[in-house]
Amino acid sequence: MAGKPVLHYWDARGRMECIRWLLAAAGVEFEEKFIETPADMEKLIKDGRLMFQQVPMVEIDGMTLVQTRAILNYIATKYDLYGKDAKERALIDMYTEGIVDLSEMIKQLVICPPDQREAKISLVKDKTKNRYLSAFEKVLKSHGQDYLVGNRLTRVDIHLLEVLLYVEEFDSSLLDPFPLL
Amino acid sequence: ENQAIAVMAGKPVLHYSDCRGRMEAVRWLLAAAGVEFEEKFLKTRDDLERLRNDGSLMFQQVPMVEIDGMKLVQTRAILNYIATKYNLYGKDMKERAIIDMYTEGLMDLDEMVLHQPYLPKEEKEGNLAKIKDKSRNRYFPAYEKVLKSHGQDYLVGNKLSRADVYLVKLLYHVEELDPSVLANFPLLKALRTRVSNLPTVKKFLQPGSQRKPLEDEKCVEEVMKAYI
Repeated sequence: MAGKPVLHYWDARGRMECIRWLLAAAGVEFEEKFIETPADMEKLIKDGRLMFQQVPMVEIDGMTLVQTRAILNYIATKYDLYGKDAKERALIDMYTEGIVDLSEMIKQLVICPPDQREAKISLVKDKTKNRYLSAFEKVLKSHGQDYLVGNRLTRVDIHLLEVLLYVEEFDSSLLDPFPLL
Repeated sequence: ENQAIAVMAGKPVLHYSDCRGRMEAVRWLLAAAGVEFEEKFLKTRDDLERLRNDGSLMFQQVPMVEIDGMKLVQTRAILNYIATKYNLYGKDMKERAIIDMYTEGLMDLDEMVLHQPYLPKEEKEGNLAKIKDKSRNRYFPAYEKVLKSHGQDYLVGNKLSRADVYLVKLLYHVEELDPSVLANFPLLKALRTRVSNLPTVKKFLQPGSQRKPLEDEKCVEEVMKAYI
């Protein structure tokens, strides 16, 4: 009502959590309308508010935005968390997309049926450490700065923090070899 | 030596298999922007390993594009940079948001489409059914509605953007799999014609361009060789 963004999603992390993190880090107050019943979802669809009949959806600055990346990109730009130029944005995007892949991989494991889990767990742990975490540790080591890009806080530091907490929830020992992270 | 010359001439260099996959969207965008580019095709497992051992692939994966002194991986990072550089990303933050929303929807559809040739036989039919259903009932109606709502020649801001280019690519690719899919979408057909007639796109659509054909079994076999 005061012009706060309104987030439409279930009362769960899912694909909305990274948006909550980014708004919070930017110091932006937001409202949430939780989808509690199938009827809630039906109504959003019937009202034509979901371009692809999917959530997350965020009402912000007169727009009804769907698609997580569209929402994140807008927020990051608006609150100056997206680097200072196209090249910084390219690095931020590259790192962010890697984080999304890591995040997806862990999420998939969580929803995996128990009989298939065992086999996948070691592959996920291996990739987490050797493909993703090591890449970000290397970035920080390469420039010795406090943040991943441009020596100041950007969206990708927030995204990385979020995923590191998920990695920790999954298996905290995975973080041991990475002091800079 | 081609690569050295390309780098010196400032042309982007694309590293990927000689197939559509995830790189095709990048080829379309560069072509539409009128940007000449070189390609280095991965043919064997060694080609991929070499790139990995060079430290050229941040997450050991392709696509990778060398552009403006950067070695960019992750399709969206690459597309975002190209779109910004060649002014195909709207005029302001709000247009960018709409373009992103439209592009992300297209990428969701494209996930299904680009995987189709690579799926095991028993999964192909189901995936094709999904593509047909989502194209006809979720995605194409949404974009037809956008065009209808403002009656303009392009999706956003009355000017060609990356969203139009991606949409046109998908219209061609889905039609390959479902020949009658565009029957009820006159505005999408008109957009496709309009964009296809732009000089840069017209050139790209001609035989002999760097546009890649729908993957056949032989192509899929060769691609798998580089990754397995």
